[in-house]
Parts: sequence; C-alpha cells; structure tokens
Amino acid sequence: MQVLVEPVARLIEELSRLPGIGPKTSARLVFYLLRAPAEQVYALADALRDLRDRTHFCSVCFNITDVDPCAICVDPERDRSIICVVEEPLDVLAIERTREYRGLYHVLHGTLSPIEGIGPDDLHIADLLPRLKADVPVREVIIATNPNMEGEATAMYLARRLAGTGVKITRLARGLPVGGDLEYADQVTLGRALVGRQAME
Amino acid sequence: MERERLYRTEALILHRSDFGEADRLLHVLTPHLGRLRLLAKGVRKLSSRKAGHVELFSHVNLLVARGSTFDIVSQAELLEPFRTLHDNLERASMTYYVGELIVRLTEEQDENAPLFYLTLATFDRLCTARDPLLALRYFELHALELAGYRPQLHFCVVCQRRIEPVANFFSASMGGVLCSHHKGQVEQAMPLTLHALKVLRHMQTQPWEQVAVLRLNSNLHMEIETLVQGFIVHVLERQPKSVEFIHRLRRELRENSLKEQLHKTRNTTQEGVSL
Ligand SMILES: [Zn+2]
Ligand SMILES: [Zn+2]
Repeated sequence: MQVLVEPVARLIEELSRLPGIGPKTSARLVFYLLRAPAEQVYALADALRDLRDRTHFCSVCFNITDVDPCAICVDPERDRSIICVVEEPLDVLAIERTREYRGLYHVLHGTLSPIEGIGPDDLHIADLLPRLKADVPVREVIIATNPNMEGEATAMYLARRLAGTGVKITRLARGLPVGGDLEYADQVTLGRALVGRQAME
Repeated sequence: MERERLYRTEALILHRSDFGEADRLLHVLTPHLGRLRLLAKGVRKLSSRKAGHVELFSHVNLLVARGSTFDIVSQAELLEPFRTLHDNLERASMTYYVGELIVRLTEEQDENAPLFYLTLATFDRLCTARDPLLALRYFELHALELAGYRPQLHFCVVCQRRIEPVANFFSASMGGVLCSHHKGQVEQAMPLTLHALKVLRHMQTQPWEQVAVLRLNSNLHMEIETLVQGFIVHVLERQPKSVEFIHRLRRELRENSLKEQLHKTRNTTQEGVSL
C-alpha cells in the first residue's frame, strides 16, 4: 500500500541522499516544507536551480564562482606572488576565515587515490604550473592539503612537480592534528598552522 | 545464540573513502575476521580524537559496535603509524598497491590470518627495506599463494615433468612454467630466463630474510615484475588501478634524471666553447 503521495515520497528520497540527512530528518524537513508559505518553498527551489545553473569553476584557480575569473583572482588587494593550494573549495573558506592569508588560491578538487584510479591528471595539478609564470612572478606556493596520508601523498607529488621552478614550496605546519580534514579545523588552530608553515625538503 | 554487541580486533587500514558529512568508510584487514568495511564517525573533523588513530596504512586495535548497514568503530588505538610512508612517495605508492591487491584478492569476512600477518610484515618492509620493490614482489607471490593462486615453478604445467635448468617459458593463463617442448601448446607463453626462474623459486620457498639479501639488476627485476603482474592480471581479470601510479612515478623520475643529464652536458659543452 502506498502511504505517501508521490511528490512527498520523492522529495523525502531526494533529501535523504544528502550527506548527514537520514530518512527521519528528511521526512521532518518535507513535512515542514508542506506547511511553509509558498514563497519560501519557491525561493528554495530557485536557489537550488541557481546553484546548478549559475555557478562555475574559476578558470584560473578552480574555486567555485559565479563570475569568471573569481572575485579573489581579480582582487587588486591580494598578494599575487603567493598561491595556496588546497584540496576542496571548502578549504578556501576555512583559510579565509583565519584572516591570516592575503594571497591567491588553487583548488585541486581532490587528492591522489591510486586505488580508485585517481591520478595526477584527474586533479588540477598541471593547471598550476603556467600560473607560476604570470605577470607578477609567484615566489611561494603553500601546499595546504589535508594533514593525512592522502593529503601528504598529494603534497609530495605536487612538491616534486614544482621542483626546479625556483619557487619556494612550503607546507602547513604539522601542528594540526593528524588524520582529519582541513575544513573542520577551528580558526585559531588553522591560523597558527598557516603562520608556522615550513619549507618542503 | 545472540551475538555480542561489541567486538575487539586488530586491523590494518587498507583504504578509506569519505562517507556522509564527516565520516569515513574504512576497508580493513583483520587476522580473524577477514576483510571488513567499517564506519568511523566524525573522523574527518580535525577535532576528532579518533582521527589520528584510523589513519590510512596504520596498524590499529579497534573496538567495534555491530550496526545495521555497517559496523561502527567505537574506539581506536594506534599500534604503528608507519610514518615513513608519509615522507616517501615511492614507498607510499607501493603500499596503495598492496592495499588494492588485498581488496581484490579477498572476499569480505573470509578469515585469512597468514595473509594478515604477511600484509603487516609487508607494510613494515615497505618502510624499512633497502629495496622496497623486492618486498613488493615477495608480497605479490605470497599473497597470491595465500589467496589460492600459487604459481607452479617446478613442473611443466602441461607434461608435469620437472623443469630442466635451462631457459623455459611461463604461462599466466596456465599459472606456471612450461618446458621448451610445450611452449607451443599455450598461447602467450612468455620466455623465462633461468636466472629469473631461480629468483622466483627462491622468493616462493625462502623466508623474507633470505630474500632481502638478493640484489637484482634492473633487467632481471623487470622480467620478474612483468611476469608476476601478468599473472595477477590473469587472476583478477583486470589490471590493478594503482599500478599506473607506480609506473608514472618511475617514468617521471627517469625523465627528470634525463633532463638533468642533458642540462649538465649542455653546460659542459658551453664551457668547452667559451674556452
Ligand atoms: Zn579564481
Ligand atoms: Zn612440458
């Protein structure tokens, strides 16, 4: 017997596919939306559609943006001689929150995962090299991949590709707890790790 | 009989993938419960006290709670982090490959204690061995054997006669050596030098300590690598994905050293001209 009408069941199913949302939470959200004013529900639907249609990856740094190049890449106040390499767009947000960093970014979109067949060509690694020879020469690349095995392997590979370019390569200080993801670091810890970054090799 | 709600096990973490918001799904190998997939909750948060204890390629003690879809890591204690792998990309790339071979050669929950101890010892050898590639070859041969695919290195797989100490052949599809009379009866039989055959037999029958002292030149090593990996592709019916990364690192190192040499020669030539 079909207990729920199709649109309700469908939204419950869609929402429960999101991270951190189980079937119970999903049902609670759907029944809230059923009683919410029409404008609120349509605003949510529009926001979801715009998220898909009006965001792109910046063609320079590969962060998520609505204009290309992104606001950080075109900001004249930013220090263009330093690039911070991160795994995910959320890591850019985390580092911006520290207010310790005024340089540019480069988002790899993942880490090396040989067992899943994810190699250097599946990340935005090759796209970083031409950026080093921009009008304002880059003097430092900070590798801010996660302080875990996957992040370390990616950092080691990246450092190897950057060797010989003459650019100083640094890695976030290892004061960060080992094993976790950068995006969950509190501002203080991450800010300190950024200030205390060290040269690689 | 009702099963205990909690159980305790030693484990090696072979592979992990992000799961949900801040969780990770761990693929682990245990001595008595075989290979398992376990959920470690909240460990992607840097503030997680568990995070450092369920790091990839570490040897851990786990307290696990039975769950409906996945069993859940309730406590984790780090026994050995194998830190060298965090500082050495070549050795790390080989460990990824070991993890993948275990995942592909075993079924979930198939108890295989010898395979666990071989893998544990291999992680250690990949950190400490003078020639980690030799440790990798040793692992391949013995992991294959413990998974039920021991290559036949003493008798011809067609006529069953003892192999003569001359150049012979190897067939991945037949799982062993062929005498010179029967190489024609099997497709894609590869030539096998006597030297390679001796090394393979030595690796198959001797303990690691006796293998670690071998010094193979690169041609001989390549012959053995090609042969064993051909056999692995036959067994798995596919090429393990992480092999590509090992090959790529090797290729890039070679290209870089070539570039450096070229650079040096060019510099000396220029000096020569200026004189
Ligand atoms: Zn940008
Ligand atoms: Zn024969």
